[in-house]
Amino acid sequence: MSEARIDVQVEHRHAPPPSQTKHPNTCPKCGSHYRDDELEAALWVCGHCGHHFPMSARTRIDWYADEGSFVEEAADVRSEDPLDFFDLRPYAERLAEAELNTGLGEAAVVGQATIDGHPVELSVMDFTFMGGSMGSAVGEKFSRACDSAIERGVPLISVTSSGGARMQEGILSLMQLPKTVCAVEDLHDAHVPMITVMAHPTTAGVLASFASLGDVTIAEPGALIAFTGPRVVQQTTREKLPDDFGLAEQNLRFGHVDAIVVRADQRAHLVKLLRLFS
Amino acid sequence: MSERDQEVRLRQRLSGLSRLPLLRGVRVVGESERLERQLERLQADTSDEAIWRSVELARHQDRPYTLDYVDRFIEDWVELHGDRGRSDDGALVTGLGKLAGRTVAIIGHQKGRDVKERLDRQFGMAYPEGYVKAMRVMEIAERFGFPVISLVDTPGAYPGVAAEQHGQGGAIARSQAEMARLTVPTVACIIGEGGSGGAVAIAVSDRVLMQENAIYSVITPEGCAAILWRDAGEAKKAAAAFKPDALHCLELGVIDGIVTEPEGGAQTDHDEAARRLEAALIESLEELEDLSGEELRRRRRAKFRGMGVFAPASPVQRSARSPA
Repeated sequence: MSEARIDVQVEHRHAPPPSQTKHPNTCPKCGSHYRDDELEAALWVCGHCGHHFPMSARTRIDWYADEGSFVEEAADVRSEDPLDFFDLRPYAERLAEAELNTGLGEAAVVGQATIDGHPVELSVMDFTFMGGSMGSAVGEKFSRACDSAIERGVPLISVTSSGGARMQEGILSLMQLPKTVCAVEDLHDAHVPMITVMAHPTTAGVLASFASLGDVTIAEPGALIAFTGPRVVQQTTREKLPDDFGLAEQNLRFGHVDAIVVRADQRAHLVKLLRLFS
Repeated sequence: MSERDQEVRLRQRLSGLSRLPLLRGVRVVGESERLERQLERLQADTSDEAIWRSVELARHQDRPYTLDYVDRFIEDWVELHGDRGRSDDGALVTGLGKLAGRTVAIIGHQKGRDVKERLDRQFGMAYPEGYVKAMRVMEIAERFGFPVISLVDTPGAYPGVAAEQHGQGGAIARSQAEMARLTVPTVACIIGEGGSGGAVAIAVSDRVLMQENAIYSVITPEGCAAILWRDAGEAKKAAAAFKPDALHCLELGVIDGIVTEPEGGAQTDHDEAARRLEAALIESLEELEDLSGEELRRRRRAKFRGMGVFAPASPVQRSARSPA
């Protein structure tokens, strides 16, 4: 809440129709509206219907990690533009804009921390940075998080929230799938546990690589967890989609995640797992 | 990046490749004359048209598919069906056979020739069951020391309700993980469309080759155009922007070599295309035969972990990109 605002409504005969997009603090499920501080206090969960709003990487780290324990790693890693990619706008411009808007260098934040005294490595994705898409920089950061976890012999907690591979890096973004898979395999070989928390959305290239390889996988309620999202499935196959298509609840029923854990219980759940793996 | 820079980078890459001790193969990578000619083509014709021609040839309806190649150079072919769990996926064929007298495991996407076969094989788009079947055959290969040959030709993994319910994302991830664990030699070749996760799921190999007119991409040109241009009709523009052709994949260090095709494309002469692919596969296996299983796995992981371009570049990447 940066500045005071006075809303003045002006009647205008040629006023544009009311915007279809809802305010980010309006619950898309039940329409309840909250102030920032209310949502923050509720861990960005709707108090009325339990809808989980997106949570930024920094907010999540502040909440999971013991106070002052987080030390960021690989903070200097940035995307490059190897293809000089240009669609409606240049990729370089999209990157600069994302950095300005989010204050993040990339769509993942990694580093060391302790949770309830347990030393861990954290890798947390942020959907607001270009849809959490995975390009070379995200692949590299996640891989370095694996290496750091191996080096220190501490569990890796990976939070995913991503639309998939970053198209603007072409084939190199696809190569981040085997790259992160190889990093996880190194982790498995070193007998270092990996706990995955799937937040909304965990889809496409990220689901088809490191996100699916956790030793234990928990999902947030209502998170979309799908290789192909509902819109594309509908368009391609014209199949009738079940109501909960691709949601965490369906994934639990079909055996793709170990549990759905509401945000308020996540920290305690992680601590319990850390105790079991220690 | 100017065209000049691009040319310089390609030249560096070419010279770097010829210096690598493992890539002494002349026919696969070295066929320097051929590559020189491709370099000239890049200089002369970097147009979007050239890239689009690759897209069209890669999808050509007469292009040879996995089983066409198996018929021509695999002896004693025995197809293995089914994932032992749910079903048999016709979009991904697996089996054992002999290549140059040695037993190998084959994993390959298979599109159909006529309408019925295309529907039966889902146009080469595999369900999770296909990847589970592939993993089963990889395990057999690992147990008995058979090299694994993958032939990649898919628009992508099947995007359907059942495929999602059966765990498409997880199956693709685990198939890659299985390949990252193998201690037998592995060679993959993109023989048509290398479409996204469905392709890379079986292409985490010691040697990744690409036929001259194949494409390898993170998304179909139409899909990319629909998302970024909001118009699937802009597919040509999208393809030109993300450069899925073999030459660019080689330049970016994603593949290890290009397998040439008969003049006009593989569809013009299946026998000749098969001869060249067979020679390239044998050559790649020979390059790998002196390495121990542990060393193969170590190098394979190091190769894939080195992929990507970011800032600041890692020391390994810097040395790879600048001429020695």
